[in-house]
This record gives sequence, C-alpha cells and structure tokens, in this order.
Amino acid sequence: MHIKTAPGIAFGALSLGWLLFAQIQNQPDDGQWVMPAKNFASTRFSTLTQINTSNVKDLKLAWTFSTGLTRGHESAPLIVNDTMYIVTPWPNLLYALDLKQPGGTLKWTYSPSPSASSQGVACCDVVNRGGAYYKGRIYYNTLDMHTVAVDANTGKEVWKATLGDINRGETLTMAPLIVKGKVLVGNSGGEMGVRGWLAGLDAENGKLLWRAYATGPDKDVLIGPNFKPFYKQDQGSELGTKTWQGDQWKTGGGTGWSWISYDPELDLIYYGTANPGPWNPDQRPGDNKWTSTLFARRPDTGEAIWAYQTNPHDVHDYDDVNENILLDLTINGRLRKVLAHPDRNARMYIMDRATGELISAEPFAFENTTESVDLKTGELKLNPSKITGSKTVRDICPAAPGGKDWQPSAFSPKTGWIYLPHNNLCMEFQGTQANYIAGTPYLGAKVRMYPGPGGHRGEFSAWDPVKAKTVWSVKEMFPAWSGTVVTAGDVVFYGTMEGWFKALDARTGTLLWQFKTGSGIISQPVTYKGPDGKQYVAVLSGVGGWAGATVAGGLNAKKDGTAALGFGNAMADLPDHTTKGGMLYVFALP
Amino acid sequence: MYLRCLRNLHSYRLLSAGLCLLAFSACQREKRELRPSPTRLVVFSDAARQSDIQPGGRQSQPVVANPSHGSAYEISEGARLYDWYNCSGCHAGGGGGMGPPLIKTDWIYGGEPANIFDTIVKGRPNGMPAWGNRIPEYQVWQLVSYVRSLNNLEPTSATPARTDTIQQDTAGLRPRPTGVASSGVTK
Repeated sequence: MHIKTAPGIAFGALSLGWLLFAQIQNQPDDGQWVMPAKNFASTRFSTLTQINTSNVKDLKLAWTFSTGLTRGHESAPLIVNDTMYIVTPWPNLLYALDLKQPGGTLKWTYSPSPSASSQGVACCDVVNRGGAYYKGRIYYNTLDMHTVAVDANTGKEVWKATLGDINRGETLTMAPLIVKGKVLVGNSGGEMGVRGWLAGLDAENGKLLWRAYATGPDKDVLIGPNFKPFYKQDQGSELGTKTWQGDQWKTGGGTGWSWISYDPELDLIYYGTANPGPWNPDQRPGDNKWTSTLFARRPDTGEAIWAYQTNPHDVHDYDDVNENILLDLTINGRLRKVLAHPDRNARMYIMDRATGELISAEPFAFENTTESVDLKTGELKLNPSKITGSKTVRDICPAAPGGKDWQPSAFSPKTGWIYLPHNNLCMEFQGTQANYIAGTPYLGAKVRMYPGPGGHRGEFSAWDPVKAKTVWSVKEMFPAWSGTVVTAGDVVFYGTMEGWFKALDARTGTLLWQFKTGSGIISQPVTYKGPDGKQYVAVLSGVGGWAGATVAGGLNAKKDGTAALGFGNAMADLPDHTTKGGMLYVFALP
Repeated sequence: MYLRCLRNLHSYRLLSAGLCLLAFSACQREKRELRPSPTRLVVFSDAARQSDIQPGGRQSQPVVANPSHGSAYEISEGARLYDWYNCSGCHAGGGGGMGPPLIKTDWIYGGEPANIFDTIVKGRPNGMPAWGNRIPEYQVWQLVSYVRSLNNLEPTSATPARTDTIQQDTAGLRPRPTGVASSGVTK
C-alpha cells in the first residue's frame, strides 16, 4: 500500500507502486477528471498510457472551442460522463461540451451573472481556477463572492450561496474541493486588507457549516483542544490575536485562495493561508498568525488539528497557498506519510502530514531571502539584509510571486518526482505608508520585479522529494505560469506564456513535442479518456493572471515598472510575444 | 475666511476695527471656498459626454474648467492624494494593475477633465469604485490634474516633480484653465 520512490528500485516495483497508489486514496483512475487536481492527493497524475514518450511526437490537434473571453484563463477543464465542463474567468460562465459529438458540441452554458464591479477588487486579473464535480453537480465560485451548484446534466442552477462582500475587497478565485459532502471554499483579497477564511458548505443546499478564519480569536480560527502543532512557536492560545498589534488581525489577510488536499485515512484536509496585509511589514509587528501558514483540519467541522507557520511575519508577500501533494514516501528507510509543499519562499517543504513535523525544506529555485529552516525547531532563519520594511531593499530573490506561485505541480509515482512549473524572479521593494480604506488595496509597497540570475524568468523542473534536490530543469523565457499534468506514459505537459504547449519526457526533461496555441498558457492542462476510448490532452490558452496582466489588462509597464504590483516591470515585453484570447485546445493521436 | 478678511483689511491700515466690523457684509461678496465642504460634489452630466456622435449632428458641449489645471501645487497635491486614497494600489504609478493604466492614449471613459472627474465621483461599471461623498470636490480636481499630468496634458511648467507640501493659496498664480482640450470635442 505504498509507493516506493527511492532511486534504484526496479521499474516493475515502481509500476506496482503506482497501481497501488490509486487505491490509497480509494480513487481508481477511470480516465475522467472530476476535481481540480485530479485526485484528493493532488498528484495530477494520470494512469493513461496511450500517449507516451515514443508517440507523443505525433500528437495532433483534435478540436478547439472559443470561450469568447479575453482575460486570463487559469482553470482546469473537468471531464465527467463524456462531458467536458469549462469555467471561465469573469463573468464566470460554465460551458458543458458533449464529448460524444465530433468536435465537442456545446450542450449548454450557465451564466451566474456576477457583479461587473467585482472586477475592480480582484488583485491579479479576474481569473477563476476551475470547478469540481460531485454527485451530479458542478460546484464553482464566482468572482463576486458566490459559490454555485449547477446540475451537471441540465445546466440549471441548484443553489447559489453568498459568502462575502466585494465592498470589503473580497473575491473568490479558487477551485473548491468537495470532501464528504462539504464544499470547501476560501476567499481572495490579501492585497485589500481582507480577513482570510476557509469555509465548509453543505453540498446539498449551500448552507454554511463552518468558517475557519486565519486571524483572530481561537474560536474564530476553529482552534480547540485537539489542536496540536508540532513546533513550539505555533503552540499556545489566542495566537491569532496575540501575534498582532491591537486589532490589526481584522484586516490582516491570510486569505484562503489555496489548493486543498484531503487524506481520507487521516480524515484531514490540507491547505495554506495567504500573505498578511499590508505588504509593508513594519506596519504589522508580530508573527501575524495565522497568515502564511499550513493548516490540517477536519473536513466535517473545520477544526484545526495542526498548523505550521511557514513564513512568520512575512516580509516578502510569500503566501502559503501553494498546493500540498500527499505522498507516502520511504525516507531514510522509513515509510512516511508526507505532504510536499513547494512554497512561495522557494523551499520545498516535506512534512509528516499526520503531525506537521518537518522532514526537509530545501530550495527548489534561486533564493537569497532565507538562510535555513531548522528541522528540529521549525524555525525559518531569514537573511537580515533582505528583510523589507519602510525602506528600500534591492535584489530580493524570489520576488513577491515567489519561487513558485499558484501554478500547481504534479507527481509521478513512476519516476517518484514532482514536476514543478516555477519562476526565476527578483525584486526591489520600497515600503511606504499603507492606508486602510475598505475595498481598496492595502499594500504599502512599491515593487519592481526583474528576471533572476541567468536572465530567464521561468523554469520547469523535476524534483526528487526523497533526496530533496532538482533532477533536471528546463529554462523558460517567461515564468512557467501554467499547471502541469504527468502521465503513466512518462510524458509531462505544461504551457508557456508565449503560447507553446509542451510535452517533455518525464525522466529526462527532453522536449518531445510542442504546439503553438493562440495566446499564452496559464491554465491547468488535463488528460482524459474519451468516449471513443482514445486518450486526449486538453488545455485552455488565454494569457493573463498576475504574470500576464501586461497583456490581459493592457497595462503600460514600459512606462511604469510598478504596474501590476511590480510584476509589470518583469513582463513589460510580454505584449511583444502574445495577445489575448481564450480558447480550449484538445489533442489526440491520429 | 473672516480672519483672512480681517488680515487683508488690516494690512491696508485704512480702517479701524470698528469699520472692519461694519465691512463684514462686504467680505461676503468676495467669499471663496478655501475649504470646500467635504461632501459637496458636482456631477457634470451634460459636459462629460462620452460619445463622438450625437443624433441630429454634433453640438458643442459646455466647457468645464478644471480649477486645478496648470497649478504645480494642485498637481503635487494630486500626486500625494493618489497614494493617500490608494489609487496607486490599483493603477500603480500610471501603468495599471487591478485597474487599467492611466498612462495611455485611449481613454475608456474619456480623458477630458470632466470625464475623469465623473469617473472618480461616479465610478465605472467594470470595477472603478464611486468615490463621490468620499473625496472632497477640490481633491477630485487635484487628482484629475495629476492623472492628466501623467499624459502630458498639463502644462510642463506645472508638472516637474515638486516636493513642497505647504498649503498655500496659488489662486493668483494659476494660469487660466483652458477647459476641454481638443480631442474630438467641439468648443
């Protein structure tokens, strides 16, 4: 019942390992794609083998579908019962395409009509990271603070729940996960002085069952007698208020726009909270718990079981929202139930997911902001010369979007490696006075980003979570801002911001195939088995997001490098390489 | 207001304090709003036209004078307020972000002073908040001038970076507002 990923083990044993892997999560791979990260463990690994390293070079375009929209497309198509579902950026349309018809005929479109004004409080383009299927319904979020349940057959709205107020700067952009009949949703708005939370809704009717805030009193954070953090600095009562000055926790961020994973055996969900607000750290003394923190909670009640604050008193906008891949690995001869968390601070945290104990935390991208993570004490040691505040600090690597941002990675039990699309960016940071005006940005920083060492802005790497080191890495001109999917055919797919959709050999990183789509790719590719028994690969093209704002938002970053919270400076030339336009591309072998 | 009147009158040394009291009614005639009411806002619904076509042929539209036009002080105040009200959080230094860029040639809702005034006060449907009743009118005009200065639409004599923050009355130094500029609008 475990995957052996230690190098040197025969391929046959590995194959057995990955076959068993599916059973660990009670989720046999049926060739569909029903939740954001493919499975509860968030591996984005498909057991399909029809497309493999020897024939992927023959991959051809099968059909396309235009979304009719021009903002950043970040979502993963869902494939359920021979139907494909696509959630678009604002206005958050849901398209259902009939895969039994040639060319994916449109079955219906559901439009939730979100407020147009919500576009003005979305920090980093009006993106949506997709939906999830559960018992005959598609669940997803709208930018203007609603979660909707839509009948997967008819496209009729079953319920629509209001979860917050855009007048406070809150939005919803994340893809929900449905666990044991609970729709798990977290808010966005860490740049607007929002108080972050993750909520559990009844999938049946949308009723709010629990809401776990990231800041404030223990009763709001859903911290009770069963809360057992591993490290001393995370233990104690009322840390969500004590580690702030006055009532700053009320506008302190820690939003929940994260990826969520679930371990059915331990009955724990895993997710991370976002950055504290404002960005200028001098305005919020203290550790600012529980921002930039990994949480393990019970899905039924939201009760916190353990937490680990990855970036106490964050000084670089290092959110902790990145994915947590749940793996059973043999490390130092011992089988460990771990989570793998590639953090914004450019370190890959491998932790015991039952207890929150650190196993390793090595950098996967160039960084100079941290010196070490003490595995005994859990303490993150910062490089004092890169600590920001009400001053100007230069050459901070990684920049605010981190060594890696939201773009989700994948894990192949065949290779035992994690496939990481990530960034190579540095920044200069000038701290200014932030004013809190509800519903407007709460930043206190002027930032300019630029390419890291080597001049390339992105990389796609394979990471060995046992040895805690990079196996191979491919450089990209722009940040590798798309998600990735890896298959049992040993092919790993991702897209670039110029618009190339690429297939690499999962073992060597060799480019095996590429196709130029109409716009830059920042979405999550998926692979599925069609009704005709063939394997398909699907990806949305349509540049945007924080990294692509210079194109999607038509920014003028050539005249003002602080555009898009400073990301504009690093992406000023993106408009010379790609244009807007949302389009689905589906590929298959001839 | 009245103190100012008294000071001015005193400086002429022509009238006694008693005469000054009698002259209070005369001061009203020269009343100006040095500190306008924070809630007083004017919406230029007719002047801030956003279309180049009009049924029956194009008519001239009234010129709305921007009281801050050409004033280095007002523009520097606009720059300060641009950060103060978090405009910079969305529009950055003019390059844009959450909001569209303000250094531009194509204005979504018009680039005339009255258009920008309306944009700030009324908001716009795709995300611009309505700041009416939140920002005093004179500050809106200061912001209008600053935003236009980003596009070289203010006199260069007034736009060099200024650091003075001392409140002063620059009314007498202010160039006459030129009103609506020449981007397709008939004067």
